[in-house]
This record gives sequence, structure tokens and C-alpha cells, in this order.
Amino acid sequence: MSTLTRADNGLNVAGISHTSAGARVDLVLVAQMVDNGARVLDVGCGDGELLRLLSETRGVDGRGIELSREGVNECVAKGLAVIQGDADTDLGDYPDDAFDYVILSQTLQATRHPRTVLEHMLRIGSRAIVSFPNFGHWQVRLQLLLAGHMPRTDMLPFSWYDTPNIHHCTIKDFRQLCTEIGVKMEKAVALNAWGSPLRLNAPWWFWNLFGEQAVFLLSRKD
Amino acid sequence: MTEVADSPREADQPRESLIAYFGPDKPLRLDAGVDLAPFQIAYKTYGTLNAQRSNAVLICHALTGDQHVASIHPVTRKSGWWETMVGPGRPIDTERYFVICPNVMGACMGTTGPSSTDPKTGKPWGLDFPVITIRDMVRAQAMLLDHLGIDSLFTIAGGSMGGMQVLQWAASYPERVFSALPIACATRHSAQNIAFHEVGRQAIMADPEWCAGRYLLDGTNPRRGLAVARMGAHITYLSDAALHRKFGRKFQDRANPTFSFDADFEVESYLRHQGISFVERFDANSYLYLTRAMDYFDLAADYDGVLAKAFSRSPTRFCVISFTSDWLFPTSESRAIVHALNAASARVSFAEIVTDKGHDAFLLDEPELFAIVRGFLDGAGGARGLDSRS
Repeated sequence: MSTLTRADNGLNVAGISHTSAGARVDLVLVAQMVDNGARVLDVGCGDGELLRLLSETRGVDGRGIELSREGVNECVAKGLAVIQGDADTDLGDYPDDAFDYVILSQTLQATRHPRTVLEHMLRIGSRAIVSFPNFGHWQVRLQLLLAGHMPRTDMLPFSWYDTPNIHHCTIKDFRQLCTEIGVKMEKAVALNAWGSPLRLNAPWWFWNLFGEQAVFLLSRKD
Repeated sequence: MTEVADSPREADQPRESLIAYFGPDKPLRLDAGVDLAPFQIAYKTYGTLNAQRSNAVLICHALTGDQHVASIHPVTRKSGWWETMVGPGRPIDTERYFVICPNVMGACMGTTGPSSTDPKTGKPWGLDFPVITIRDMVRAQAMLLDHLGIDSLFTIAGGSMGGMQVLQWAASYPERVFSALPIACATRHSAQNIAFHEVGRQAIMADPEWCAGRYLLDGTNPRRGLAVARMGAHITYLSDAALHRKFGRKFQDRANPTFSFDADFEVESYLRHQGISFVERFDANSYLYLTRAMDYFDLAADYDGVLAKAFSRSPTRFCVISFTSDWLFPTSESRAIVHALNAASARVSFAEIVTDKGHDAFLLDEPELFAIVRGFLDGAGGARGLDSRS
């Protein structure tokens, strides 16, 4: 039933958490999905950590969009090409095929129209990389089931009333969306609560239960 | 009347400036359809050009600026207009970069303009001087760079009308501009801004001493008109919040209103001072010509109305900067530049800086502005292969 075979596709998941001391594991994972020298747009680039990692380890031509003024100004002062903008409103200004990769790192759940954002990403770039916290993780499920309150975890530390995250989804939900809008899932990695990748041959329900976050490499369907 | 005597002398023989002469063999082809020759450009340089000639920086001044960007002004004896930004150890570091700042065409500080002497008549040009555009200014600056033997600029920076020149440079000579800093500007002058300029021009023309532009010949000076033009314009450079913070409704040297039309309020006194001190250093006709140049600026119009075409395949690295309280060139104008650059897949950064200082913020002490310019230039310098220290 799956459109995605989680063969490792050259992605060296073993020892990922050790490959780049200091860098966040999910960022390293994203970086490993990017070809050297590619043109990359990082949507919601925050303080520019991923763009910097990409330019240092992959030699990419990187650009960023960030909503917060503090983040933008910090990035520009670091010499990164970043503009202030909103994933929900500003992606429409980019021409088709302007980038090789459009990356949405831990931002999908904070957009107002995740589906439109995803569609724009694959219009602007030939590939998209999306990482997001998995709302199907067992800790999230248990908190709601047993404690009866909105889940708060290391990845989702906000109270329900002041969270920027308005569109949570599970790995299963995300795969369904990809199928719905006709997006090809090329690679996927799920990380457990300790930041280690889950076994590739584990079933999807296992990923959805034990993956605390997931990273998907997507491309347009031919 | 010393100002009247000073103006033409500064216009023809600027003090403390370098001059590049362009003879009849090197005319400046103007958008107005005439060739201007001969003409001259007054400019200042700071720092040293490196052996690779790769560290040249062009600073473009705003409407009432001049070449004295980082050194004492010969007329006012005040410090340079952008000394917070340009100088040793400053974000545009004259210990690293070779900084060139020319006076624009049509101005009055030594580059050929309406107060310069027309060599054909031996008299000041006055209104016989052809109308100048932003593109003409940039064309003349390109001739200056040729004259100096500089093929490509490491960066070009300017605010307001200076930012317009930066954008025109990037559009006209993309291969000569490695990086660009258009600050607090727009790709076209808005109807509101044209309207403000027209009020200023009418104030000058309404002054009987303007004498239909022949005041230098008649020995008069439309200082009242020019001062009023400056007062009106100066309000647009500030913000309601900044005026309130600085002056509020405070009285000037008095406890109660005088029930007259004296400058009772501090803000009135301040504006009058701005007007009076401006006429000491600026020529009324130049004010007409330069405001006109800004009014005519519409970069997209030269590219079938599609701004992105002005920057298509641009190799330049851009850093666009705007200020939250700037209502003369609001952030929306900078966003339009950014959208066009994105549509052209150009490499662009964009930052909006929070300040209540209005349009003039680009000239003032804004630490975030300096951090951004420094970071942008460090990144560009790395890509250009410039040493961090030379």
C-alpha cells in the first residue's frame, strides 16, 4: 500500500547522531538529503543554523525566509541571504523551478495552510524536504489518553493557548496528504525520542508510534 | 550675501574634493535626449584600492547629500553625513575598502549642475541646464569608475535617492556590481512623494528672489522659498513618534504662548533652523533638478513594466533594508524590490529595522543597521575573496 519504500537509498542513517558534533540530528538528516552545490530555499529558517550547516557541509547556494524579525536580522548579520517573510503568503512570489530543494524544517505545523505551502514548495523547487514533530508519538497519545490534557513534550513545549503550532499532524496524516496531492515520497526517516533513527524495515504503525519526529524527501510525481 | 558668492564657487571649484573632468570627446548622453559636454564630477575617496582592484565601494548620496560622506563638510564645517556607517572600523570600513563618493549630476557641490558655469556662455546654467534622471547620475558615475580604472564594485550603498541609484546601478551594470545595499528606497517615486516634492518646488518658485531661475545672475537668492521647501521635506524624513518624543508640545524658551505667530513651539523653532541652515549649503535650482530626478524614477518602466526583468540573471548579492516608521519609503516599497529580486532568482537578503526615527533612520545611530551591513559585507567579502583585514 505504501508509495514509499524505506530502503536506505544511500542515506547513511547509522551513526548520524555522531557525524556532526553539536549540530541538531534532524538538521544533519536534512542536510544529508541535499546534493552538493544545490540551490536551496529554507522556509522558516529561524536563526539560520541549517543554512549555515548546508553551506559548510554541502556548499549549497542557500536562501532563507523567516517570519521573526529577530531571526532575519541575526541571519543577515551572519552573512546569510535571508528575507523577512511568511510561508503562508510569500511563497507565491517565487517563480517555478527556482530551487533544487525547498526545505520546511519544523515549521509545517505552524503554517495556516500546510497543504498550499507544500504545493508551493514543489512548484518552486523540484524537491522538497519537510521535517515535523509527529503528533502520533506514544508520549503525545498517552498524555491525552491518561492525563487528559493537551500534550507537552520536549519537541512541543508550548501550552495550548500560546503555541505557534496550529496544524499538528502524525506521520500517517502527512503520508495521506502527500498521496492526496500527488507528491512522490522519495525518502523518509523517523527519529525516536533520543534522536536515533528508527529501523528502516519497521512497519509504518511502528514509526507513527515511536517516531518523535520525521523527515521526508518529496518530489513531484511525473 | 556670502552664501550667494559661495554657491557658484563651490559649484565650479569644490573645496576638499577631487574632480574628474570629461571633455567634449566624452559627453554624457542624457535621458532628456541631449549630450552634456564638457562636465565634471566632484568626488571624495577614502581608504586604499587593493592590487586586485576588488575592494572598491561606491556610496550614493541622497537628495541633499554630497561627496563629503566621512569627512568635514567644507561649507558647514560639520562632520560627514554618514560617518556612523563609513570610516575606519565602521561597517563600511575604510581600512578594508576603497570608498568613492561622488556628488551627483545636477547637484551643487562641484559636479556639473544648474549652478555650475555653462562654458558656452560663461554664466551659470540656471534653468538652461538639461533635466537629469537617476539613470543619468548612474551613467556619469560609471564614467567616473572608468576614469578611475575600476571595472567592478565590491559593493554599492545608499539610502533614499542614493538607494534609487543603487538599484539603477544593479539594473544597468549588473556585471560591475558584486553586492548592493539599497536602503530606505523604492523602485519608483510614489504619487505622494511626487506631491511633496511639488510643494517644495512651488515654494522655491513662489519666492520673488528665485527670478525664474536666474537668481545667480541677478544677485538674489530664493532662500525663503528653499527654506520652506526644506522645512516641508524635513517633516517627511521624521515620524510622528519621533517628533513627539523630541519636541512634544513644548514651548521654545517661554512658559506661555505669545498669542502671535512667533515660533512658540520647539518644533517650529527646530524646523525654521533646519530651513535656514539648509540654504547656506544648497542651491535652489539644484533642489528643483534633483527632486525632479527622483520623481521621474520608475525602474520597471524601462523593462516593460515588469520589475523582475530589471534584475533578470543578476549576479549581484542584494541586502535590502527598510525602517518600520519610514512613511516616505515604507517597508512595502522595499518588499516590492525583494519580490522582484526573488522573481528574478537573485540572491537577496531583506531586513526591516524597528525604529521610531522615520526615513532619516538610515543616517542615524541604529546599531541593528550597522550589524546587518557589517554581516552582509563580511559574507560578501568572503565570497569576493577579500581579506578580513588588509
